[in-house]
Amino acid sequence: MADINISYGEDISGHVPEGDPATAWERRRDDYKLVSPLNRRKFKVIVVGTGLAGAGCAAALGELGYNVSSYTFHDSSRRAHSVAAQGGINSARARKVDNDSIHRFVKDTVKGGDFRGREADAFRLAEESVRVIDHMNGIGAPFAREYGGELTTRSFGGVQVSRTYYTRGQTGQQLQVSAHRALQRQVAAGTVNLHTHEEMLDLIVKDGRAVGIVTRNLRTGKISAETAHAVVLATGGYGNVFHKSTLAKNSNCTAAWRAHRRGAYFASPAYIQFHPTALPISSKFQSKTTLMSESLRNDGRIWVPLTAGDTRAANDIPENERDYYLERKYPAFANLTPRDIASRAAREQIEAGHGVGPLKNSVYLDFRDAKERLGVKVLDERYGNLFEMYRDATGEDPHEVPMRIAPGAHFAMGGLWTDYDQMSNIPGLFVGGEAGWAYHGANRLGANSLLSACVDGWFTLPYSVPHYLAEHLGEAPVDVADDVVVQTLADVQERIDRLMNIRGTVPTDHFHARLGEILYEGCGVSRNDSKLRRAIEEIRELRDEFYRELFVPGTGEQFNQELERAGRVEDYLELAELMCVDALDRKESAGAHFREEFQTDDGEAQRNDEEWCFVSAWEMGPDYSHIRHAEPLTFEAIELQTRNYK
Amino acid sequence: MRLTIEVWRQENPDVPGFFEEHAIEGAQEEMSLLELIDYLNDHLVSEGREPIAYDSDCREGICGTCGITVNDQPHGPVPNTPSCRQHLRSFKDGQKLRLEPLRSAAFPVIRDLVVDRSAMDRVIQAGGFVAVDAGTAADADSMQIGHGRAEKALDFAACIGCGACIAACPNGAANLFAGSVLNHLSTLPQGKPERSKRARSIIQEIDESFGPCSVYGECAVTCPAGIPLSAIAAVNRERARAALRRGKDD
Repeated sequence: MADINISYGEDISGHVPEGDPATAWERRRDDYKLVSPLNRRKFKVIVVGTGLAGAGCAAALGELGYNVSSYTFHDSSRRAHSVAAQGGINSARARKVDNDSIHRFVKDTVKGGDFRGREADAFRLAEESVRVIDHMNGIGAPFAREYGGELTTRSFGGVQVSRTYYTRGQTGQQLQVSAHRALQRQVAAGTVNLHTHEEMLDLIVKDGRAVGIVTRNLRTGKISAETAHAVVLATGGYGNVFHKSTLAKNSNCTAAWRAHRRGAYFASPAYIQFHPTALPISSKFQSKTTLMSESLRNDGRIWVPLTAGDTRAANDIPENERDYYLERKYPAFANLTPRDIASRAAREQIEAGHGVGPLKNSVYLDFRDAKERLGVKVLDERYGNLFEMYRDATGEDPHEVPMRIAPGAHFAMGGLWTDYDQMSNIPGLFVGGEAGWAYHGANRLGANSLLSACVDGWFTLPYSVPHYLAEHLGEAPVDVADDVVVQTLADVQERIDRLMNIRGTVPTDHFHARLGEILYEGCGVSRNDSKLRRAIEEIRELRDEFYRELFVPGTGEQFNQELERAGRVEDYLELAELMCVDALDRKESAGAHFREEFQTDDGEAQRNDEEWCFVSAWEMGPDYSHIRHAEPLTFEAIELQTRNYK
Repeated sequence: MRLTIEVWRQENPDVPGFFEEHAIEGAQEEMSLLELIDYLNDHLVSEGREPIAYDSDCREGICGTCGITVNDQPHGPVPNTPSCRQHLRSFKDGQKLRLEPLRSAAFPVIRDLVVDRSAMDRVIQAGGFVAVDAGTAADADSMQIGHGRAEKALDFAACIGCGACIAACPNGAANLFAGSVLNHLSTLPQGKPERSKRARSIIQEIDESFGPCSVYGECAVTCPAGIPLSAIAAVNRERARAALRRGKDD
């Protein structure tokens, strides 16, 4: 069995202000140092990524007058994967009389995350969620409205109120395009220098501080460095490590992982969310798993045939031979249980032989009753584009036959560790959005990711980054001729040369696909000790094979999409091991991290608050060894309790 | 399925391109157009050759990254559908597919099927935004917008920025794209204060960088986001309106 080298480092502090977590953010902001308007342009800040967090942060810092350098590997700042989020964005505006409140939002988020996130972070998320809606509406996002002209909302999983604001099934797109346009406004104003198709390949660290980045131009292959007073990474999540995921094909962990290689701690890598309403794999040529919005669970009913192996068409199965298993097991939340629970329940049904479809790898999501209740017109207004997308992907019409859905790798709750100010353990390196670990604990609630990206970008980093900058007034960014810059450039070149020079015979995607299979099996919806150990062994073998057999055509000094992918897969091969190590190390079940050894009598996740009420933040040791630090978690406003959605 | 692919190869913007032919065996009806290229690329790389460069990302039709011209049709044969959601069931066994980049004077070829669409972002930079700084926006609930008005704004805001409308236009006009931006923002109260200013600067930008609109209507047939053809009328309407309000922003 694999020899796994884990050692334990010192506990770390999240630097949460002492006292009531409900007022922590206000008190922290009052403590932050300021930079006067005339001094702001003297500070250069690099923001990597132009999704909701990155575009928001770059635009907001630009509006304030800082000198911002924004980077994206896409051809335009509009493309980032935030664009694909469908269902909505939560906000604790609590305008209705359904008894929502800041406190209830925090409770839902903390409990939804199974008490493995920071309570004070959730309060900030709730508090700032109010003006996020005002701001995104203000810059042009056409939120859905009631006939009376007010904002309308819908419900999402894990919540018993209606606090999700939306624009049909394309909320992410409307928010992303609005943020992109706000960023382009700053580009036109000259405050933001936007670099498109530049991929970050390394972080420059001098005297323990983040002072710049190295990037490769994807169109020309040219490698260059830029230095600054601070660096913000808003580079998204790592779900694509599973190869078949709901993420866009280019989403990757490289920027975050290279920062980890330079010393930034990586928090909770094992916490990965499997989305219960992804489309099942139907052929080996399928390039990804398409996501269907969770909002469909508002009106769709999930079921499987009562009899295992039933091969009748869905509409031929009578009502009393259907098992609406979520409604049966979780009557209080029914089809709107949180994602981890819905995914695990689906996996159980599929493994017990109740799966449907040609490969028996999916469950039904049925709109028959909703169609009767609401009519086709209302149904199409709510989900029209999703129904169309489903029809394109499968050739079937969900108005007539139930959708088939299956759990697919989706959102990374884990990410670079940051403190309450969203600064990593490397001073000057800040993290926003899914690239970080904040808010969501061991399971993210639906419609909280668009929110956290917006809150980070528009309403947290613009406060906390200047606090760091203020201490460096009068200092110039590190000279690009500095030894440390030259050395980092050389390191990046060496990594590229190494990949180019393997000259084996196997294309990159083959390794990636095999890695995905290993992870789905070993570190998927449920895990156990022996599956994880086997996965680690297989990942190491695959990594050796990668360095022996990889073939990248062309050269490094040109547009080379195979080389781009090879660099990303190289990083996944390291991240995947850390995910398994974290999952193996954490001897409890929490949220999306379900260890089969740790479950209640009725099969629910069993936390161990005595021993595991902390965030694991991993440091990279030499020769693939792993050093685990812990940030202890305390809960003052929301009492530690067992999750119960029954 | 058996298909013949004739695909545009061009190493970089400075050299001429050419068509390269490939016979493909074993394609399947449920494959998407992009999965077909993946399949071909896998064969090419396994043979030690360079794959066909092309852009794609979300593969769900929302990011606007992909765009391949198939037998002269931007995105492919199914109307109002992006390349990533075109499937081989639209083609016959034995058919020949000619794959090219999106063709337009405003979109120089970077490599193979990849083009430079930065001209579209310059339209946004010219004025496709609402000038509201973070934290200063009014309460969104105090701004009443009727259900129908919000839905209409969304019909135009749905543009995914792929550029297929421009490639589909015999003149290379960007009126559907620019009109979608203008209509989205002029429909909403948030966009009113800068309406004339925005119209003048955006229209000046498209006049300089793209061709003129002759109302062929190819753009709306191609548009994967289903932007209504009325978007192109918005360009002329906003142009006339802005001219009458000379010297004013709104």
